[in-house]
Amino acid sequence: MDSALLPKGVKRCSFPQFSIGILIVGAVLLWGVYAMLLCWFKGLNQTGMNDSYGFALWIWADLAVIALGGGAFFTGLLKYIIGKDELKNIINFAVVIGFICYSSALLILAIDVGQPLRSWFIFWHVNVHSMLAEVAFCLSIYFSVLAIEFVPLLLENRKLDEVPFFHNLAHNMHEVMAVFAATGAFLSCFHQGSLGGVAGVLFGRPFAFREHLLVWPWTFFLFTWSAAAYGPCFTILLTKITEGITRKKLVKDNVVDLLAKISGWMIASYMVAKLIDTWYWATVTAPSRGLTFMQFYSDGNGLYTLWIIVAELVVGGILPALILTNKTLRANKSMLLLAVILACIGVCINRWVMVLQVMAHPVLPFEEWFAYMPSWQEVATTILPVAYGVILASLAYRYLPVFPQERELNPVNG
Amino acid sequence: MFPFSFEWAWDMAHYVFLGGMWYAIGIISAGLSYCIGKALLDTVAGKGHDHGGDHH
Amino acid sequence: MNKTHNTQKAKKYGMVIDLDKCTGCGACMVACMAENNVPFKKDETNKLDSITWMHLYKLTNGKAFPETEICYLPRPCMHCEGAHGHPPCVSVCPATATDYDHGTGIVSQIYTRCFGCRYCMGACPYHARYFNWWDPVWPEGMKEYLSPNVSPRMRGVVEKCSFCFHRYQLAMDKAYHEGRKELEEHEYQSSCTQACPAGAITFGDLNNPDHQVHKIARPDNEHGGKPSATNVFRLLERLGTNPKVYYMSSREWVRRLGDNYLPHEKTGEIALGKQKGHH
Ligand code: SF4
Ligand code: SF4
Repeated sequence: MDSALLPKGVKRCSFPQFSIGILIVGAVLLWGVYAMLLCWFKGLNQTGMNDSYGFALWIWADLAVIALGGGAFFTGLLKYIIGKDELKNIINFAVVIGFICYSSALLILAIDVGQPLRSWFIFWHVNVHSMLAEVAFCLSIYFSVLAIEFVPLLLENRKLDEVPFFHNLAHNMHEVMAVFAATGAFLSCFHQGSLGGVAGVLFGRPFAFREHLLVWPWTFFLFTWSAAAYGPCFTILLTKITEGITRKKLVKDNVVDLLAKISGWMIASYMVAKLIDTWYWATVTAPSRGLTFMQFYSDGNGLYTLWIIVAELVVGGILPALILTNKTLRANKSMLLLAVILACIGVCINRWVMVLQVMAHPVLPFEEWFAYMPSWQEVATTILPVAYGVILASLAYRYLPVFPQERELNPVNG
Repeated sequence: MFPFSFEWAWDMAHYVFLGGMWYAIGIISAGLSYCIGKALLDTVAGKGHDHGGDHH
Repeated sequence: MNKTHNTQKAKKYGMVIDLDKCTGCGACMVACMAENNVPFKKDETNKLDSITWMHLYKLTNGKAFPETEICYLPRPCMHCEGAHGHPPCVSVCPATATDYDHGTGIVSQIYTRCFGCRYCMGACPYHARYFNWWDPVWPEGMKEYLSPNVSPRMRGVVEKCSFCFHRYQLAMDKAYHEGRKELEEHEYQSSCTQACPAGAITFGDLNNPDHQVHKIARPDNEHGGKPSATNVFRLLERLGTNPKVYYMSSREWVRRLGDNYLPHEKTGEIALGKQKGHH
């Protein structure tokens, strides 16, 4: 039915089968849209947030998708600037994921603010000292870069490519892609970093506050670094999931292996920096404010106790770093999969504690730990981008030549 | 964002922050204009009418 | 971020609250709600989403009867000065919707500018900022009683104690008409100060040696306004927020609850919280 639109020389499932899949995910999407409309029309009283928990699930979701979407800028940097040419076989997919992640982040932000119609104030009346302003600027400009990186792929759709102008445009965009990729990497460094800065500058919040280097707290650098380190793991994970669903091999092992290796070493070096940061914070920064390390992990509700830092640093950091930096281990399919899953969980926990534990920890000595439970509206609006992402990724896979090696790896007879 | 908003100040922070912003926007729009412009010229010149549809 | 300082000597309005006098009656909270058109809900049981610019905390020494002691602590916005007029909440606001006024030392909140990102709430360690989770609903006829000097707020924005800034403006208008540039101490007083039946709250210009607040707290402006009077302290002094609300109590356990201390540290004897880095 839609065969004229499918890329040449590859096999896709039948259109009805595809539509049913999309419809099922679409139902989830609609549920999320309903919750989103509730939040917009009834206000943020639809959430589980309160005055002690002004930042909660949504801000975490934002930080998490942006960290995971970091694979786009880092793979782009490696391919276009550093010249790892093999990565051209996975860069398209990394861009699609990045595009999904960043558009999701912007959507969540638009739901999260109390007066969405005033969002433009952040640009118009910008306070250049605010980390959130830096986030907003770099995020939106970088999103336009991702859109630009996505366009040539879109234009390579079989039908669109038949239009000479589109063909030429895609061709020209490919040629100057390095410029866009470099700008994207520049912007990414800043917004990933300023997302870390969002927590690190809070000198009223000893759990979050970090010493500064120039105008940026340490978390600035740690966030950029971790996004570059963990982002590619998410790209690999989704590639593996796509391969699982389509029951096809889509990217050659050497490409995945290269990305996994780089990611592994990045995680390893990040972990060194992160451990030093944690140690310095626990022994110098926090005690200078009258707090001991254990006070930050003594949540009476049981959530923020030592397990969370072990899960973040050991299970989600050191372990994947060990697996990914070891040639034999990462050549083992299950080990590789385990490592990327753990890494994604690790970075998500990091973003979680840097938002929610900051809010939960009582700073005034006569207060108790604060508890928070997201409402269904918050959960639904957080799942909404996932559903949207699945749909967009499926459409992209079906109609665009996302994986350049697919044809070679899966020859179609006749 | 613009000098006519009242919170604007002619100071280093504004130069660096908004300088960076306009710089990035400048590069992106210049790059995009180049691509579109050249694609138009190419199309007029008759390129792209017959191709394999594969370029990476 | 208007950095032009007034030609007159800059004021630094602040408060001293005597916790030994406070009975916890809550008159300050009520006066504040009425003065500032603070919205409320039918059901105010959930204190985490109701708005109280002035909030009363109940402190206890944690001991069993008969040694149990209670202390009530009224908490307005501290109008922190931070390092150089950079309170925790002001530098984080992306839209310049809250600002530090160098002329009065008051931290303002521009309701029509705030777009409700709530970053400032996360930044404030005192929970002095409140979000309007709902649109305000006034009981029948109450709209007529709202103060015309304070704009009511809409859903989705943050609000907080303004040290009754409209009273400052009114007092300045009056002084101007009378050809004066300076205010008398009694001309500008916050609503809670005047409402407190125990006289626990003192309000005035911390920079003016003739004002009561200065005489009681004796702020050491060389060291970030740290009080030099005995028994006077500020909440979370060592974070470097540099608040302009001072507390006093003769009870050591109360003063100790005013800050975080490592077990070996003595109450009140702390190096000033370092103010590194944030710009
Ligand atoms: S008490 Fe909170 S809201 Fe008030 S100035 Fe200090 S940080 Fe800002
Ligand atoms: S909630 Fe309003 S005042 Fe607070 S940081 Fe956001 S825009 Fe600024």
